[in-house]
Amino acid sequence: MSADTHHGHAADHARGHGHGHDDPHGGAAHGSRKGYWIGFLLSVLLTAPAFGLVMSGVITDPRLTAGIVMALAMVQIVVHMIYFLHMNTKSEAGWTMMALIFTAIIVVIVISGSLWVMYHMNLNMMPQMQAEMSSAGM
Amino acid sequence: MSDDLVKTIFGRLSIESFPIHEPILVGTFAMVALGGAALLGALTYFRLWGYLWKEWFTSVDHKKIGIMYIVLALVMLLRGFADALMMRAQQAIAFGGNEGFLPAHHYDQVFTAHGVIMIFFVAMPFVTGLMNFVVPLQIGARDVSFPFLNNFSFWMTVSGAVIVMMSLFVGEFARTGWLAMAPLSGLDYSPDVGVDYYVWALQIAGVGTLLSGVNLLATIIKMRAPGMGLMQMPIFTWSALVTNVLIVAAFPVLTAVLAMLSLDRYVGTNFFTNTGGGNPMMYTNMIWIWGHPEVYILILPAFGVFSEVVSTFSGKRLFGYTSMVYALIVICILSYLVWLHHFFTMGSGASVNSFFGITTMIISIPTGAKIFNWMFTMYRGRIRFELPMMWAVAFMLTFVIGGMTGVMLAVPPADFQFHNSLFLVAHFHNVIIGGVLFGMFAGVNYWWPKAFGFKLDKFWGTVSFWCWVVGFWVAFTPLYVLGLMGVTRRLRAFDDPSLQIWFVIAAVGALIIAAGIGAMLMQFYVSIRDREKLRDTTGDPWNGRTLEWATSSPPPAYNFAFSPVIHDLDAWHDMKQRKAERPTEGFRAIHMPKNTGAGIILAGLSTVFGVAMIWYIWWLAALAFVALLAVAIGHTFNYDRDFHIPAEEVVKNEDVRTRALQSAGV
Repeated sequence: MSADTHHGHAADHARGHGHGHDDPHGGAAHGSRKGYWIGFLLSVLLTAPAFGLVMSGVITDPRLTAGIVMALAMVQIVVHMIYFLHMNTKSEAGWTMMALIFTAIIVVIVISGSLWVMYHMNLNMMPQMQAEMSSAGM
Repeated sequence: MSDDLVKTIFGRLSIESFPIHEPILVGTFAMVALGGAALLGALTYFRLWGYLWKEWFTSVDHKKIGIMYIVLALVMLLRGFADALMMRAQQAIAFGGNEGFLPAHHYDQVFTAHGVIMIFFVAMPFVTGLMNFVVPLQIGARDVSFPFLNNFSFWMTVSGAVIVMMSLFVGEFARTGWLAMAPLSGLDYSPDVGVDYYVWALQIAGVGTLLSGVNLLATIIKMRAPGMGLMQMPIFTWSALVTNVLIVAAFPVLTAVLAMLSLDRYVGTNFFTNTGGGNPMMYTNMIWIWGHPEVYILILPAFGVFSEVVSTFSGKRLFGYTSMVYALIVICILSYLVWLHHFFTMGSGASVNSFFGITTMIISIPTGAKIFNWMFTMYRGRIRFELPMMWAVAFMLTFVIGGMTGVMLAVPPADFQFHNSLFLVAHFHNVIIGGVLFGMFAGVNYWWPKAFGFKLDKFWGTVSFWCWVVGFWVAFTPLYVLGLMGVTRRLRAFDDPSLQIWFVIAAVGALIIAAGIGAMLMQFYVSIRDREKLRDTTGDPWNGRTLEWATSSPPPAYNFAFSPVIHDLDAWHDMKQRKAERPTEGFRAIHMPKNTGAGIILAGLSTVFGVAMIWYIWWLAALAFVALLAVAIGHTFNYDRDFHIPAEEVVKNEDVRTRALQSAGV
C-alpha cells in the first residue's frame, strides 16, 4: 500500500488491474479438521447438559435451570465463533473483531436496557391494573 | 360461483375494497391514471423502454442506481407533500363545528402515510442514493463491492413504495400513525388491511435498506484506493461509513419487531396484545430502539454533505477533521443509548427517565462540536455563496433551533408537557427538513454537475431556496406556539376558534414550500433545457477537494481509468497543488460487472408476494414465494456476470477527456 507512495508522475495512478491491491493482513483464517472436531465435541458437551437439566428436572428451581442453560448457550456462542466461524483478532485485519465487539456492545445495551426499562414499567403499574392484567392474561 | 371459491381466489379483496365512493380518492386516481397513461404513452412513443431497461433498470452501475434512488425520493416527495397540504388545509378550516373536508377515516390514513412516505421513501432513498453515487467516486473505486446486490436493494425499496402507493386506490392504508404503535396496530383494533400494507411495505423495503447498508459498508472498508487510510477518507465517506454501521445494526430490530407484529396479526400470537400475556409497551420500546438510530441514519449523511460543501466553498480544509470523525463515532454509539426519550411519559419512573434524559443531552455535544467546526471552517475562508453553500448556511441557522428544542424535549419533566404536542411535531420537522432535506438539496446542487455534466440553474435554485427556507419557518413556527399552548398532534377538528389563525399561517407556510418544490422542478427543467450553456467540461466546476472531482463529468462507467494513489486527505486538492499530471496513455482493458434483470424481477415477485399476503390470497402468496426462491437460486447459476471494457474504448474515452480539458484550458 505504502510502497508506491513516493514516485513521480504516475504516482497518483497505480497501474493496477481493477481494485487489485491485496491487503497484506486480509483474508479469513481457514479451519482444520482437528479444529472442527474440537468445536463439535465442545458443542456436544455444552448442549447435552442443558437438555439433561430440563428433561430430568434435577434442579427444582426453574430460574436456576434457566440461568444455567443460558450460561451454557453463551459459552457455546463463543465456541462456534472460534471453531466454526474461524474468528480471531487477526482475521480481515482486525475488522472481524471490531465488528464483534461493536455487536456485543449493541446487544448488551439493547437487552439490558430493555429489561431495565420494562422492569420499571412493570413496577410502576398501579395495583389494580396489575390485577387486571394478570386476570386477563390467564 | 360460490362464496368460498371467490374467497379462495381473491382473499379479502372485493369490489368494496376499491374506494369508489370517496370523491377525493376517485379524483386523485383519475389524475394519476391520466398522468401515468401520458407518461407510459410518451415512453412508448419515443421508444424509450428498451433504453430504460438496458441502461437504467438492469444497470449495476452505482452512479445510475444512485440517481434512480434520488428520482424515487423526489417522486415520493410529491406524494408525501400532497398529504401534508391536505392536512394543513384540513386543520386550517376545521374549526367550531366545521368538519373540514377529510373524514376521520381518511385523515388518519393521510397523516400515517405522510410520515411513512417521508421517512422511508423520501429521506431514506435520498440518503442511500447520495451515498451510492458519491462514496465509490470519493474512495477511487470502480463500483460498490456487490454491484448486483445494489440493483436488487434499489428495486426492493421501489417495491415497498409501490405497495404504499397501491394502498391509496386498493383498500386503505394504516390509521395508526407512522410507527403503528401496538395495541392499536393489532388485529383487535385494526382488523383492516391498512396495517398489513404498512408491515409488508416496510419489510420489503427494509430488505433493500439492510442489504445496501452491508454493501456500502463492505465497499468503504475493502475498496478504498491505495494510500487512503481511514483517516484520509473524505468526511462524507466517513459519515456514510458510520451511517451504514447504524443501518446494519438497527434495521434488524425493525424487521424483528414488525415480524412479531405480523405474527400477532396473522397467526394469533400475543407479543403485543393487551391480553394473553402480551405487552404492547415492548413494541414501543423495540420500535424506538430502531427508531432513534434511524434519526441519525438520516442526519449523518446530511452532516457529511455539509462538511464537504462548507470546506469546498470556503476554499479551506475542513476545520477539525479528526474531531469530526470522532464526533461521528461517538454519535454512532450514543444513538443506541437514548431511545427512551421518545416515551418518557409511558411511566418508567425517575431513575430510568433521568438516565435517558442525560444521555440525550450528552449526544447534543458532538453535534454541537460539528456546528462549531463548520463555522470555524468558514471563518476567514473565501466563501462563495453558490447554491450548495446557501443551503448549508440555512441549515446551520435552522438546525441549531431544532437542536435546542430537542434539548428542551430531552428534559423529562418538561417532556410531560411537550409529549405528543405540536411542539414535538415542529421540533422533528425542524431537524428533518432543516437538517436532512436541506442537506440533500445541498448535495443535489453540489453533485448534479458531476452526475450529468452541467450545473443547475442558479436563478430557479435561488427561488426554490428562499421559498423552502421562508416557507419552513412560516409553516412550523406556529406549530411551536400551538404546541406550547397544549395542542396535541394528529387532531382533525378543533373547538377553540382562537387557535385558527395559527393553523392558517401554517397552511400559508405549506403553500410557500409548495412554491419551493415547484421552483425546484422548474430548476431541473430549465437546467436540462439550457444544459449546453451550463456545461462543465473540466469535471471540477466548484474547485473541489475530494477525489470525485478528479474524473470527468459525468464519470465514465469505470470511474477512474487507473486507481488513484492517495497521499493526503483532500486527495484531489493535493493533486492539484502538486500539479500531478493525468495519465494519457498505457490504458488497459477494465474488468466490470454485467447488467442483470434479476434484481427487478425478484423485487417484482416480492411485490406480488406482499400484496397477496395483505389480501390473504394464499395461493398467490405461495406461488410468488416459490417463484422468488426459484429466481434467486437460478440467478446463482448465472456465471456470465462480468465483461471487459476493451482498452481501445478506454483510450477513446480518455482522449475525449484530454481534449475537453485542453479546450477548457486546465
